[in-house]
Amino acid sequence: MTTSQTAPPAPARTGSAGRGGPAPSRGPRPEHTLWPWLFVAPLVAGIAVFYLWPIVQTAGYSFTETGPFGGSTFAGVDNYVALFQDPELYLSLGNTLLYTVIVLLGIPIAVGLASLLNLPGLRFAAVYRVLFFLPYVAMPTAVAMVWRVIFNGDFGILNRALAVVGIEGPYWISTPGAATAAVAVVGLWSSLGFSMIVLAAGLKSIPPELYEAAELDGATRWRQFRAITVPLLTPSIFFVLIITVIASFQVFDLLYAILGSSNPVLPRSMSLVYFFYREGFVANDKGYAAAIAMVIFLLIGLLTALQFRLQRRWVHSD
Amino acid sequence: MTDRVTHRRRGSHVVAHLVLGLGSLVMAFPFVWQLIMSLSTNAEVQSVTPVFWPSELHWENYAEVFDRMPFLQQLGNSVLVTVLRTLAQILFCTLAGYAFARMRFRGRGVLLGLVLSILMVPSQVYLLSQYQIIQSLGLLDSVGGLVLPGLFSAFGTFLMRTAFLSMPNELEEAARLDGANPFQIFWKIMLPLARPTVAVLAITTVLWSWNELLWPLVVTTYSERMPLSAGLATLIGDRTTDYPVVMAASLLAMAPVLVMFVLLQRRVIDGLASSGLK
Repeated sequence: MTTSQTAPPAPARTGSAGRGGPAPSRGPRPEHTLWPWLFVAPLVAGIAVFYLWPIVQTAGYSFTETGPFGGSTFAGVDNYVALFQDPELYLSLGNTLLYTVIVLLGIPIAVGLASLLNLPGLRFAAVYRVLFFLPYVAMPTAVAMVWRVIFNGDFGILNRALAVVGIEGPYWISTPGAATAAVAVVGLWSSLGFSMIVLAAGLKSIPPELYEAAELDGATRWRQFRAITVPLLTPSIFFVLIITVIASFQVFDLLYAILGSSNPVLPRSMSLVYFFYREGFVANDKGYAAAIAMVIFLLIGLLTALQFRLQRRWVHSD
Repeated sequence: MTDRVTHRRRGSHVVAHLVLGLGSLVMAFPFVWQLIMSLSTNAEVQSVTPVFWPSELHWENYAEVFDRMPFLQQLGNSVLVTVLRTLAQILFCTLAGYAFARMRFRGRGVLLGLVLSILMVPSQVYLLSQYQIIQSLGLLDSVGGLVLPGLFSAFGTFLMRTAFLSMPNELEEAARLDGANPFQIFWKIMLPLARPTVAVLAITTVLWSWNELLWPLVVTTYSERMPLSAGLATLIGDRTTDYPVVMAASLLAMAPVLVMFVLLQRRVIDGLASSGLK
């Protein structure tokens, strides 16, 4: 595949113009045309074998039925028909949506925090940045361990704190709904710092003269925030929104590690990706899992396209 | 006039410190709580009356970690997998990124389009087949199986291509006149210029590789073959959970990356924020 490309004497588009050398440099020397291939070959081969081909294969699997011994036979759209009638699809989709909505609540919080962090001359800004960013770089399975205990119904510190104000907290990680919400709170906690830093970078690009002019006009801080900061920050907010939705739709690590694989409530609190994992790698139903993967792919694609469509209505462009 | 402005600014800083300080406490609390629990007894962690500070610091919980789980093997796996993936991604992605950015060849647009199309596909879509490939190569439960697909990265290629695109032509031209071959130009001149972006690629790869759970969970079944992320996730399946030891193990597992983060904080934060991905 690579060698055949060296043969045709392609016109030297880059070479001779700048070089102006003696005759031999006219027209590409053999190694001149081979070089780019040597550069891209390892990566392209790896991507083709481990990513592109698997994508094609998964799409194919989704139209096959996996037999009890792992063999597959063509099954048309049977997997998709079964999947769309499967209550577990809607259950896991609902949980994923609930998770996503809760994590998205972090974006307005991050906008507020980022604008505080960006106040000119604020001391300890570097310390705040590090502390807010810490959860984002920490291993999800490792932080999940402490959150399991924080959410523990009997001795968790959360329910004890709630008891102080007279609320009896549920058994968070063993109650459906509450379990998803608890995992989402951790998801919010771990992504907040990232959103905040991206938004703070966006704030830096707002010209300070705008605030000075507003100040002269007697605009209050709140008014400045609403009339200058938020509109000019919408491109960054949009970016954070896209990234957060894509990541939230693929939640797995936190859910798996906080709830625990043997948790009886897991089947009712699972996310789409957990559903995929269970069908594909626990139940070993390759065809069905492939169909789930394709549906996740489609859903994320649709959601992202929808956001780009709606973007024109609210994202400021200049 | 300016006095009034600075006065107002300073006044609002009190509120900013209050909010950001309180927020920082909330963000850091789980880590502190984990540290406290790791030094307590199991009875103290589960006691009905809250224990905010253990009566005695039980450092031996950390020694216990090595008896409870194959921690050293898992640490070794994590280190090996992360180092191999990072080196491979730097090598393959810089080479390909450079060629895609600065060399002309037939099929460049198509190949680049194919590579970048991966970025739009969630990982579940290729996971099943990746598993089958690793299985058919007989690489389940091995370092080879853990690292293989992650040696190649479409995101890294995209990142490096962007970096090489923005570089000036002059140096390349001068080196070409001196008779340097394309690899020498890449290796001696262009790659050193791209060092900041290589650092971003290294940081994102280390973080992703160290922390990821799904792939190791899929390709390993024996705990001594797992990296730390999967090892921890399966540790808690046990009925009798010894919380202090689990907390100690978690902190030890996170420590290398957290230390790296604190040492390189600016670079990590800015790099991740600009790359937009984990």
